[in-house]
Amino acid sequence: MARTPGPDQPVDGGGEERPAWDNKLQYLLSCVGFAVGLGNLWRFPYLCQTHGGGAFLIPYIIALAFEGIPLFHIELAVGQRLRRGSVGAWTAISPYLGGMGLGCFTVSFLVSLYYNTVLTWVLWYLLNSFQHPLPWSACPLDLNRTGLVQECRDSSPVSYFWYRRTLNVSADIGDSGPVQWRLLVCLAVSWAVVYLCVIRGIETTGKAIYFTALFPYLVLTVFLVRGLTLPGAMQGLTYLFTPDLRVLQNPRVWLDAATQIFFSLSLALGGHIAFASYNPPRNNCRRDAVSIALVNSMTSLYASIAVFSVLGFKAASDHGRCLDRNILHLINAFDLPEQSVSRDTYTAALARLNASQPAQVAGLPLEACRLEDFLDKSASGTGLAFIVFTEAVLHMPGAPVWAVLFFGMLFSLGLSSMFGNMESIITPLLDLGVMPRRVPKEMLTGLACLLCFFTATCFTLRSGSYWLEIFDQYAAALNLILLAFFEVVGVAYVYGMKRFCDDIAWMTGRRPGFYWRATWKVVSPLLLLTIFLAYVALLASSPPHYKAWNPRYERFPLRQEKPYPGWVLAACVLLSFLPTLWVPVVALGQLLAQCRQKTRDPPQDRCPKPRGGRAC
Amino acid sequence: MTWMDPREVFLRNLHPAFYSTCNNLHCTWDSFECIGLHGQDAENAFKVRLSIRTALGDKAYAWDANEEYLFKAMVAFSMRKVPNRETTEISHVLLCNVTQRVSFWFVVTDPSRNHTLPAVEVQSAIRMNRNRINNAFFLNDQTLEFLRIPSTLAPPTDPSVPIWIIIFGVIFCIVLVATMLLIISGIRQHRRKNKGPSEMEDSEDKCENVITIENGIPCDPLDMKGGHINDAFVTEDERLTPL
Repeated sequence: MARTPGPDQPVDGGGEERPAWDNKLQYLLSCVGFAVGLGNLWRFPYLCQTHGGGAFLIPYIIALAFEGIPLFHIELAVGQRLRRGSVGAWTAISPYLGGMGLGCFTVSFLVSLYYNTVLTWVLWYLLNSFQHPLPWSACPLDLNRTGLVQECRDSSPVSYFWYRRTLNVSADIGDSGPVQWRLLVCLAVSWAVVYLCVIRGIETTGKAIYFTALFPYLVLTVFLVRGLTLPGAMQGLTYLFTPDLRVLQNPRVWLDAATQIFFSLSLALGGHIAFASYNPPRNNCRRDAVSIALVNSMTSLYASIAVFSVLGFKAASDHGRCLDRNILHLINAFDLPEQSVSRDTYTAALARLNASQPAQVAGLPLEACRLEDFLDKSASGTGLAFIVFTEAVLHMPGAPVWAVLFFGMLFSLGLSSMFGNMESIITPLLDLGVMPRRVPKEMLTGLACLLCFFTATCFTLRSGSYWLEIFDQYAAALNLILLAFFEVVGVAYVYGMKRFCDDIAWMTGRRPGFYWRATWKVVSPLLLLTIFLAYVALLASSPPHYKAWNPRYERFPLRQEKPYPGWVLAACVLLSFLPTLWVPVVALGQLLAQCRQKTRDPPQDRCPKPRGGRAC
Repeated sequence: MTWMDPREVFLRNLHPAFYSTCNNLHCTWDSFECIGLHGQDAENAFKVRLSIRTALGDKAYAWDANEEYLFKAMVAFSMRKVPNRETTEISHVLLCNVTQRVSFWFVVTDPSRNHTLPAVEVQSAIRMNRNRINNAFFLNDQTLEFLRIPSTLAPPTDPSVPIWIIIFGVIFCIVLVATMLLIISGIRQHRRKNKGPSEMEDSEDKCENVITIENGIPCDPLDMKGGHINDAFVTEDERLTPL
């Protein structure tokens, strides 16, 4: 034992041989699939565009280097070294830190609930894409069949399909309405697919990940090639990437870059710890961390090129249609021959007519058509996927094929992230031995999925999408930042930097250099603390409000900004704090247990002080 | 009595001022313009707008007098289907003010050629036969517009079973069958393992259960499974501690 620098090797939780990856590729693909999710597609391009294009990459890369990669390396190293899920790993590092594992577990549970609901929406759109014409291409007729449905006519067929036919959203968060059966059955299938893939843990996800992690790249490439050949793509791309260095003075940009890299890598959820715990103990986790983080960022860039070439096409075609409408007004009013005014000659013709008959021209309902206005209409999140992109797809030749490909890609992107989420729930349960050993793993995963399904039915109510936004903003964001802070501090200070470096040297063959030690000890904790405080300041600066879809609003189709009612605010506060509350609660509990044990046992039987901890 | 073009008669009766400027010249119908269709007649006239080039592109035909004749024939045909108007002739339909846009006004007179037919009758007649009129010109409701005559919207073509339910059923069945297969194979594997050497497993379990735990950290560092490489004694890529 004296010869080996490797310290104690804990026995795997469960007693049986710990499952292992079939090969390194499965592990890498699982981590990449967990990290690469919907956010890479619908959050990064939006941030890039609104925060000065290419200039956004500067804070993004800095955040990646000083926050993303170091934290990621810690998670992989902890999981691989201790060979346990998040709960067991943090308990093993120090019993006072056991609450962190429970906090990660709770946040993963909450995230799984709403993440799979987004997949439900994606599945609904996917099922509806197998028809021509697509159901969101035209407004339906009203009851008398004399005209189109008013809500659709006032907004747009795409918005109508999203808010009414998919969500059937209510006008207020307090108005829950009944469960939408269409979404409920899609939710059931969604959870059934997740269950099918995680039924035996990494044995089954390892097979499924080959498809779900690689299919999105294939589709992105197809969209990239198709998008670049569409008219208007280059305008979209230049608009996206034109750097505006002045944005670097805005602290909001740095905050967004830091939070984006943090959530993009899916840190502090416990999923990476779980995945790494199935690795052989001697595996170069440092190289894995750096390569997976870089792949994640490259994917974000790749996706944004594909997305913005399509959005550039959409802006160009909207602009062209705007011009066509104006031209039609002109030739109808002045009885000019058809096609006598083209898009290029429109401005000259308008000037000529304005000079000769200004009164008549003034009476026409002409719109101001500027390409920049259309390019500015960016969106992120569900707005991008379900409204903007679906509308863009309508105008591409062969629309149903593109819709099927797009929503299939979204589904597999989300599914591979769900594997990580479910692993971070199931691995701690298995390690803790919650079920007796006779109970097969299939039953445990089935019960977990069933519980999640029943809890997630609250998102299929008519107010479900409002609740999802709350969960996304409050349940996930603050807790994850805090938990990551505790992670870094826990490993660097409680576990001990020297001991951790020894472990890594034993696993990878090389001690971590100055960069790693500096970021773990100083830079990352400071950065995380700053991000947390800035985020809290941002949330507190404006009273929390939400945007409701209210057809009776006088400025419809603009969404109505409403404040949250008191009971919803209470729920927000609870969601923000409860998961992290595990940390002090468990620490306190351990402290009390230690004191009680100390007073009960005689002094000489007392166990030696736990390394790095504090005795009573 | 010289035969007079009935349209000329109509205009002469309706617009004597205009007609008087023209009676010394040989005025054909085309040179007349619909100035001042006023009062009741203005209300009974409808503007028509065609977008032939938009609809047909290269195969667009030119709008000439023959096409106008066809249009008048179609309108007369539509009016003949209205009860009490079966005697409408092509000559009762008057077109005027044909522009380069290809838009014009038309009005239908009664057999006496003194009054125009009420707008409501013309509207309903055109709406009933809109499809035939569109097809005669290879156009549709959007490219052959009758302003002030709304077109009947096409009924929604919903299939009896929505497509999404079909696809949903397919996916659900596949997932269900695959899950069943996995569960059944898992049960079989479990049973085969249980039937195997259970005595050896018991002793191994007993061995593993004896683990001293201090502060929640198991103190037993060695992996006691038979046939496994004991990492505590692996020496390949290990650096020897300096003496």
